Amino acid sequence: MKILTCVKYVPDAGDEVGFDSDLRLGRTGPSSKLSELDEYAVEQALRLKATMDDATVTVLSVGPADAEVALRKALQMGADEAVLISDGAIAGSDVFGTAAVLIAAAKHLDEVGLVMCGMSSTDAGVGALPALLADALGWPLLSNAAEVSVEDGQARIVRTDEVGTRVVTAAPPAVVSVTDQSGEPRYPSFKDVLAAKKKSVTTLGLAEVGVSADLVGAGAARVQVTAVVRNPERAAGRVIVDVDGSSVDDIVEFLAAATK
Amino acid sequence: MNNVIVLVTATNGLLDAASAELLTIGAGLGPVTAVVAGEAGDALVAEIAQYGPAEVHVVSCPQLTDTLVVAKAALLVDRAAETHAGIVLVASGLEGNEVAALVAAKLGAGLVTDAVAARLVDGELAVDKVVWAGKYTVTATVAAPIAVLSMKANSCTPAFVPAEPAVRQAHFDYTATAPVATVISTEPAAASSRPKLVEAGVVVSGGRGTDGDFAPVEALADALGGAVGASRAAVDAGFAPQPLQVGQTGKTVSPELYVALGISGAIQHIAGMRTARQILAINSDPEAPIHRLADLSVVGDLKTIVPAVVARLG
Ligand SMILES: Cc1cc2nc3c(=O)[nH]c(=O)nc-3n(C[C@H](O)[C@H](O)[C@H](O)COP(=O)(O)OP(=O)(O)OC[C@H]3O[C@@H](n4cnc5c(N)ncnc54)[C@H](O)[C@@H]3O)c2cc1C
Ligand SMILES: Nc1ncnc2c1ncn2[C@@H]1O[C@H](COP(=O)(O)O)[C@@H](O)[C@H]1O
Repeated sequence: MKILTCVKYVPDAGDEVGFDSDLRLGRTGPSSKLSELDEYAVEQALRLKATMDDATVTVLSVGPADAEVALRKALQMGADEAVLISDGAIAGSDVFGTAAVLIAAAKHLDEVGLVMCGMSSTDAGVGALPALLADALGWPLLSNAAEVSVEDGQARIVRTDEVGTRVVTAAPPAVVSVTDQSGEPRYPSFKDVLAAKKKSVTTLGLAEVGVSADLVGAGAARVQVTAVVRNPERAAGRVIVDVDGSSVDDIVEFLAAATK
Repeated sequence: MNNVIVLVTATNGLLDAASAELLTIGAGLGPVTAVVAGEAGDALVAEIAQYGPAEVHVVSCPQLTDTLVVAKAALLVDRAAETHAGIVLVASGLEGNEVAALVAAKLGAGLVTDAVAARLVDGELAVDKVVWAGKYTVTATVAAPIAVLSMKANSCTPAFVPAEPAVRQAHFDYTATAPVATVISTEPAAASSRPKLVEAGVVVSGGRGTDGDFAPVEALADALGGAVGASRAAVDAGFAPQPLQVGQTGKTVSPELYVALGISGAIQHIAGMRTARQILAINSDPEAPIHRLADLSVVGDLKTIVPAVVARLG
């Protein structure tokens, strides 16, 4: 079975990202990389592969040509193959546009048994794609998992959210998304980095996965950004250095004023 | 006219603060139908009525508990069709965002998750969302005829507009058209005598700097009548359970007072508490980023300072 893992190429959280003149988030900050939340998806895909016979991990990204950087990192972590769907027409897509491409890619690739995702992209932060993929593929959704396993042909997750903690199961094919509680992603060793050099990234255009251009891009977006405002930074307040409890009076006074 | 659907939730029969906010936001956009998925007693319906809805639909659905999000989404789609809704509002959260996505997919609607404001501008729906760890607020208009929004808690102050809504009891049977996941066990969220994290006026959070001893954090929270929060490092280390995590992958809080104890102030933590009115930080490292945004920064050892403060607060 193929474990198709969806990963996004995003600016680093510390990057000073700007917005382009067309109000789009500058996708490529100076240290853009594999989304940290998607590293958890790659990690869980690799751990699941290790528990199964004949499983392979394919990483898939929709993004600019530079998104190869994110796929390379996933290959270093141990993914077997990588696919990048890149096409000028995709730029400006909303979540439905991106979903259309990922869905088509999942159908285009053979023998996909599980689609793995992160819980959210760190830039757009929609938290919606896994549900959209499951819905469109007609597969069960096992989302926001803190734990994942596949045993006796059943995928099983443990999820904690506003409802409580639930154990949820489904038979593959299924869509799984994992949270940052699922287990720390591995750090590629020097040997892994060398091994990844031999792996290739396949780049496909929209036509090759069979997505019509009118489903993607700014033109198809159902939501249009009209303004971006930079929020004021919080200013530093008073700093006091405590010596043997010397700050206690000030703290008590501050708390009293703040909770008045 | 934009008919609005609001998915209302309650805890122990009491309306969640986030739902009161949704009803208020909805009332500013059009006539609201409040939808309760499951059961609702008279007290809950009366509480909902205080926020001005035109109708309250209490919809029973046997499949809600053994499916993850699909039945709830289908129930809302059914209500949206029934009421010719142009706007659907749900509360943000892991579940809320997924429900919103599925409803939007089925209705061909525009989707914005984690929105912080929604208003009509010349008849068009404009929605604000805070992105990039709080650095920017993005405004978007929804081009599709229907909009589905999940709204962050603490986006508005609920406004009392007492109404006498028509109350309807309905039933919805979810029939899956494709294989769906099955919930095989549910353990409800742990009850706490402290205020709910996202609703609390005071939040006291502990980080890795507590070294695993959350007693000072809890004592200060209790002395101030507040909720307990935690950084992800504290959660990862097992000092506090994940539902108490504040930040990008945890809760967003917006209290009158936020106290950060032994928390460095990473960008992902700040994202969850930057709109607090006042911030107190106690951190032994003078270079910790949290000191750059706290209103009162104390450079010192939380283990000695906090107990002394708690003793003074009595
Ligand atoms: C995608 C992603 C999402 C994330 N989401 C979140 C999130 O939602 N929430 C979150 O919090 N983090 C999140 N993080 C993690 C974040 O980057 C930080 O690693 C985390 O916030 C650090 O927690 P901390 O401040 O408790 O620990 P540290 O950074 O280790 O800081 C501990 C602090 O305690 C101080 N200290 C030590 N001893 C004492 C003492 N005795 N008295 C006083 N001070 C002391 C130290 O000086 C230090 O500043 C996320 C990271 C990523 C990549
Ligand atoms: N452009 C993309 N390419 C591949 N996977 C993506 C992309 N955008 C989002 N995803 C996947 O969908 C998950 C949820 O993203 P989102 O709904 O955008 O918050 C991410 O964690 C990824 O696994």
